[in-house]
Amino acid sequence: MTTTIGLEIHVQLATRTKMFCGCSTAFGDEPNTHVCPVCLGLPGALPTLNAEAVHLAITLAMALGCEVHEVSEFSRKNYFYPDLPKSYQITQFDCPIATGGTVPIVTVRGARNIRLTRAHIEEDAGKSIHAADITLGGETLVDFNRCGLPLIEIVTEPDMQSGDEAYEFLRNLRRLVRWLGVSSGDMEKGAMRCDVNISVSPDPALRGTKVEIKNLNSFRSVKRAIDYEEQRQAQYLTDCTPIMMETRHFDEVQGTTTAMRSKEASNDYRYFPEPDLPLLQLDPAELESLRAQMPEVPWETQSRFERDLGLSPYDAALLTEERSTAEFFQQTVALYDNPKKLASYMGTEVTRLLNERGKTLAETQLTPTALAGLLAMVENNAISNTASKDVLPLLVDTGVTPVEAVKNLGLEQVSDTSAIEGFAHEVMVENPTQVEQFRSGKEAVLGFLVGQLMKKSKGKANPKLAGEVLRTLLKP
Amino acid sequence: MSSELPHTLEQYRRAVRAHELSAEEYLDETWQRIEHGDHQVRAFLHLRLDAARPDAQAAVPLSPLAGAPIAIKDNIMMAGERCTCGSRILEHYVAPYSATVVQALLGAGAVVPGKTNLDEFAMGSSTENSAFFPTHNPADLTRVPGGSSGGSAAAVAAGFALGAIGSDTGGSVRQPAAFCGVVGFKPTYGLVSRYGLVAFGSSLDCIGPITRTIRDAAIMMNIMAAHDPKDATSVKRPHVDFEAALQPTLAGKRVGIIRELKGLDVQPEIAAAMEAAREAAVRSGASIVDVSLPHILSALPVYYIIAPAECSANLGRFDGVRYGLHVDGRDMIETYSKTRNAGFGTEVKRRILIGAFVLSAGYYDAYYKKASSVRQLITDEVDTALQSADVLLTPTTPTTAFRLGAVTDPLEMYKADVFTIPADLAGVPAVSFPAGKDATGLPIGLQLMGPRWSDAELLSSANVLFTALGGES
Repeated sequence: MTTTIGLEIHVQLATRTKMFCGCSTAFGDEPNTHVCPVCLGLPGALPTLNAEAVHLAITLAMALGCEVHEVSEFSRKNYFYPDLPKSYQITQFDCPIATGGTVPIVTVRGARNIRLTRAHIEEDAGKSIHAADITLGGETLVDFNRCGLPLIEIVTEPDMQSGDEAYEFLRNLRRLVRWLGVSSGDMEKGAMRCDVNISVSPDPALRGTKVEIKNLNSFRSVKRAIDYEEQRQAQYLTDCTPIMMETRHFDEVQGTTTAMRSKEASNDYRYFPEPDLPLLQLDPAELESLRAQMPEVPWETQSRFERDLGLSPYDAALLTEERSTAEFFQQTVALYDNPKKLASYMGTEVTRLLNERGKTLAETQLTPTALAGLLAMVENNAISNTASKDVLPLLVDTGVTPVEAVKNLGLEQVSDTSAIEGFAHEVMVENPTQVEQFRSGKEAVLGFLVGQLMKKSKGKANPKLAGEVLRTLLKP
Repeated sequence: MSSELPHTLEQYRRAVRAHELSAEEYLDETWQRIEHGDHQVRAFLHLRLDAARPDAQAAVPLSPLAGAPIAIKDNIMMAGERCTCGSRILEHYVAPYSATVVQALLGAGAVVPGKTNLDEFAMGSSTENSAFFPTHNPADLTRVPGGSSGGSAAAVAAGFALGAIGSDTGGSVRQPAAFCGVVGFKPTYGLVSRYGLVAFGSSLDCIGPITRTIRDAAIMMNIMAAHDPKDATSVKRPHVDFEAALQPTLAGKRVGIIRELKGLDVQPEIAAAMEAAREAAVRSGASIVDVSLPHILSALPVYYIIAPAECSANLGRFDGVRYGLHVDGRDMIETYSKTRNAGFGTEVKRRILIGAFVLSAGYYDAYYKKASSVRQLITDEVDTALQSADVLLTPTTPTTAFRLGAVTDPLEMYKADVFTIPADLAGVPAVSFPAGKDATGLPIGLQLMGPRWSDAELLSSANVLFTALGGES
């Protein structure tokens, strides 16, 4: 059985105001408080295009490697629904703002590029709240705060073959939109939504009947719905039950899909060019300057970290999940030239502390200079690795320099040989039995003696040096 | 108050500025005329004397309109006033905001006596498609005033207002102006903001003034023509003083006569008026040139595909969910269906159905797309013709005002738009001005079209012909 999957993803562009009016895009406010004649579709009102939305859309399209078109066109998509106040959605149809592009994914089956068909900009509809949600005796209420929010819809080629691949695609796309700051990518707040097209065929050369799945509210739901649908269609094929071309609804509780409406009876959307908006013409010079300002995309940064800095794929992925983390890492590595050690330290100690604090790197006081300084102190034996774990919270919470923090905590490592010799002599005098045992060839007691020395130095002695000094003094 | 009341905006403004007349006195006078005459003409859907009086009292004599009564077609929003579009579906709808043009007029000192009748959603050529009542032509009460801005044209002709605004999608300002013997101007598409005009055919809709004289139209255009950031199809242009641009001569101008329209069946008195206008043009220093627009006769069918297509989408919002008429059904679809069936009249339904059909899968290419291509062709031809001529002269209508109820076949009614539609399709400015009367004393209107953005020059040329044919300067 061959499974073929294509995705349609709606990403909400992180603008301050809506796509065609000046209303706020704030999420979670009282219903119907961010509305005006334009987004309510009142008679006589007209749309005007939000330049910021176009800018964000172009940024994302360029990062995806799409061809951005200098001229694109808005169209009306006509259908009746209570949450669509104009009875049409302003979208792009024949001439979208961008076509082509790819998103790379890595799964157990290896690395592949998922091709994109197109990306177009459009407005969101309002939100219908049905009786099931609100116990209002069969009523449906509509919140138009969401109506007119700017979206970019990304349509993939049918290039994916499993739920895992779709999951990885979405994770990578979300990493990109957040990296670029074009969207929060937050699926729970509806800032990223995904519909799945899936078909299963016994013959790899032929495409099966396409089924669309909707109501997918998390990446995990996307994967679960695909896994379920894959099995359902395979079972139908085995049983010779015909698969209907239809839209199916994912039930999150049951983990199953159920038929919503058949595609044959679907709407004729009667698309035609939106007469209220002129053609969207982009200035080639502006496009060029945008292109020049484009940041490196996360998957490029990730492979550069692996290739040039020798990081493991795991560490490189972790450090490129957020752009601020990657930038922090790069600034730190410029001051502390041990990328592997830095990556591992950030991946363990720093990450653990951030998780404890429930903060992102940017929300703490930790600076690249401080972290590089701390790691250099460990490297130069100024403090022990263990002691650094006590220092780090101070750097994160207060922003003091590592030298100050070490001083405040009294953690300077003693690497002065004469001082350590003093401790060593005391230890040898207090533990004659163990000294004798060592001298008669029982080398293992050295560890005990080093431990005694560390205790005497209150942990500040450089343990490596302590061992060396003891060994020299114990020689008969 | 002087016994000779001003009957043009220009005279009125002069009288008020000379303190021979106050806005309030003139409003009273206007109100008496309305009370005396509107029960027969029925130009207004709603009157607002109580609200208009304080506006008149507060009018600043030195403001551009100095408190002149200006009527507003009832498909243009004026905050706090009903805006019915002549339809049952919006019978009780109160505008929550004002159209940009209305704001500009009020800001310039207009006093609004009321909102005027129209064919439902501006679809019609006689104002008989109003869901409430037909308007009668003040020149002959048994005749239609034309449409769809029939109420606005009748109000100006009857002296119920010194000026009015209407909307022109296929001739809806010019044709009623011609029928009622007043001036109607459709500006270049994009010159006047559409924000607050209830959309019919968005790519065609223009708001334009209806006045007694061309000079009055120029006075109103000075207020109405402005770039509006709320309308993405509104265009930023250098400022033009329409009134100052009025010249007394046509010297050096080329007046084009469209070859393909010569064979059309036109009422003999209108043909004679065309001849008189030609001669007047020559006397005023113009030359006459013959121009060809090979596809101009396709304008009518092209229009009756594109305008319904756009209206089918524009009128979808009237679904009874958020405002307007609501008729309950068993479910959502039946509620939509019952609401729209009860709320819309026959002509509106016909156009919505035509529009949905020409946009539907399988017919889009053959109808909407084809019509769009032919529209471009006609536009190009108009542009080309307007390179070899400065203005194009045509009749505004094939006949003078017909009797109420006389035209029942929709196709016959559509034909009344044959001369006006090309300017809408091409987006060029066109003005209808009175040019005499027919044998029964009904007004005749002639039309001048000009190149895009030549609005001020076009009004100037029209003013020369208008005054040469007996109109008031």
